[in-house]
Amino acid sequence: MSIKLTIMDQMTQIAREHGKHLAPLSDDLALLDSGLDSLGFAVLVARLEDKLGIDPFTASEDAVFPVTLGDFVKVYEHGAR
Amino acid sequence: MAHAEAQSLRRRLGSAERFFWDRAACACYTFLARGTCLGGRLGELAGRSVLLATGSQLTAALALIELDGVARRITILPPDTAPEHFAALITGAEVNAVVIDASSPSEFFDIPLRVACAPTIGASELPPARLSTEWVMLTSGTTGVPKMVAHSLAGLTASFAAKAPDSSVTWATFYDIRRYGGLQIFLRAVLGGTSLLLSSAGEPVADHLARMAAHGITHVLGTPTHWRRALMSPAIKKIAPLYVRLSGEIADQAILDALRGTFPKAAVSHAFASTEAGVAFEVSDGLEGFPVSYVEQVRNGVEMKIEDGSLRIRSPRTASRYVGTATSLADKDGFVDNGDMVERRGDRYVFTGRRGGIINIGGQKVHPEEIEAVINRHPQVRMSLVRGKRSPITGAIVTADVVLESGGGSGGVDRVKDDILTLCRDALPLYKVPASISIVPALDVAASGKLVRRQG
Repeated sequence: MSIKLTIMDQMTQIAREHGKHLAPLSDDLALLDSGLDSLGFAVLVARLEDKLGIDPFTASEDAVFPVTLGDFVKVYEHGAR
Repeated sequence: MAHAEAQSLRRRLGSAERFFWDRAACACYTFLARGTCLGGRLGELAGRSVLLATGSQLTAALALIELDGVARRITILPPDTAPEHFAALITGAEVNAVVIDASSPSEFFDIPLRVACAPTIGASELPPARLSTEWVMLTSGTTGVPKMVAHSLAGLTASFAAKAPDSSVTWATFYDIRRYGGLQIFLRAVLGGTSLLLSSAGEPVADHLARMAAHGITHVLGTPTHWRRALMSPAIKKIAPLYVRLSGEIADQAILDALRGTFPKAAVSHAFASTEAGVAFEVSDGLEGFPVSYVEQVRNGVEMKIEDGSLRIRSPRTASRYVGTATSLADKDGFVDNGDMVERRGDRYVFTGRRGGIINIGGQKVHPEEIEAVINRHPQVRMSLVRGKRSPITGAIVTADVVLESGGGSGGVDRVKDDILTLCRDALPLYKVPASISIVPALDVAASGKLVRRQG
C-alpha cells in the first residue's frame, strides 16, 4: 500500500474508532477540518510509526506540523526516503 | 537499646525441626537456637552495624536469625541493588562489618570485618542476644540511591505476632525475603514455627514450582507479576496451596480471578504494604481494591486517610525513620504518603497507580496500571505493560506491550489486538485507549518481582 493510502486508511479507521465523522479526504483538505481532533492525530502518528517505521515529527527538530492532508502525506513521503 | 533476651528471633525458635530450602541447599534453621551459620564468629559482630550482603536468600535468612539481638543494626541488601550505590549505603548506615557468602558481590571485600555465612549450621557457644536490633530495609525506587528505612522487630512482626503457630503450614515465596513483603513471610514462618521454601537466583519458574510441589507447600506469596508468570507455566498445576498471598504491586481483578480459578480451594488475599508504612491491611474477599469502610475506622491500630488522591497511613508498624538522612518519613501528624493513588468506585477504593508513574496526554493524566487492569481482563492476556510514548501532538500517547497466554488461542494476533482495543474503548475514555498494541513474548521483571517501568 502506498504511503498516501496507508495514511488515508488509518485516518478512516481512527475516525471510526473515535466515533468521529471524517470529511472527504483530498490533498487540499485542511487537517483541522478533517474531523479528527488532536488525540486522533496523536494516535495517527503513533500508528503510522508502527506501519511505516518513521515518525517524521519527532525525528526532525524543525518539523512544522503540516496544514493540509497533502502536506501531511508529503512529510511522510519525504521522511521515508 | 537493650531489651529482654527472650525477645530475639533466636530465642523464639521452637524445638521442632523446621527448614529453609532453596534449589541447592536445605538448612534446619531451628538448630540456630544452639548453633551457628557464621562459623562461630557471631561474637565479633556484637554491637556492630552489619551489612547483610549474601548472594543467596537462604544464607541471608539464616544470618538474620543469628544476628538479631546481637548486631546493633542489620542493613539488608536486596539482590538487585546497583553496585554504584554500595558506597553511599555503607557510609549512610555506618557499616563496620559485612556478612557475605560464596556468591556475594566482590565490592564488599574492602570492609575490614567480613564474616562468611554458610548454609550449614555447626554447634557453637553463642553470645547473648540482648540488643533491640535495628532492621534496615532498602526501598525499591527505580532511580537514585535507595532509601534506607529503619524498622524494629516488634514493628515488623506486629501484624501477625498474635497468631498461634500452626504446624500444618509450609510457606513458599516467590518474593525475595530481602524486600519488605518477602521479609514479612520470612518472619511469619520463623515465629510461626513453619518451614519456608525460597527461590534461587536464576531458577526457572517451572523448577521453583516443582520444588514447591515436592515439599507440599500450603501457603505461597508472590507479587502479581510473579503470579502471572507462574500461571504461564504448566507446572502451576503441580501445586495446590490453601493460601495464596499477593503483595508488592497492585492486584487487579484479573489476577485475583485467575488465581481463584486455578486454586479453587485456596484463600486468595492481597496485602497492601510499603517499606516505609509497613503492612496496612489485607483484603480477602477476592475483589480488587479495598472497602471504603477501611478508611473510616481504625483497624488493627492502622489509620488511613486519602488526601489529594493518595492513600496515607499512620500505624504502629510504620518505619521509625530513614537512616543516613534527615528527611522525614511521615508528615507532621505521623501519616506516611507513598504516592499510591486511589479512586473511589462505589463502596470500594481501587488503586490506580503511582503518583510518579503518570502519563500526561495533552494535559489528561493517566495511570498505566489502570489501563493494564482493563487489558488484563481479556481472557487471552497474561500480562501487560502500558507506557507513555512521546507524541509530537499531545506530548505523550498510550501504548501497550502485551504477553498472551501460552497456547495463544484462536483467531490470530490481529483479532486479539482488536478485541483488546474494543475492551479498552468500552471501559475507558478515548485518551486512555492505547494507540497501538504490541504482542511481545515476555516483559522485563526486576529481581524485586515487579514489572520494570521505564519512562519512554
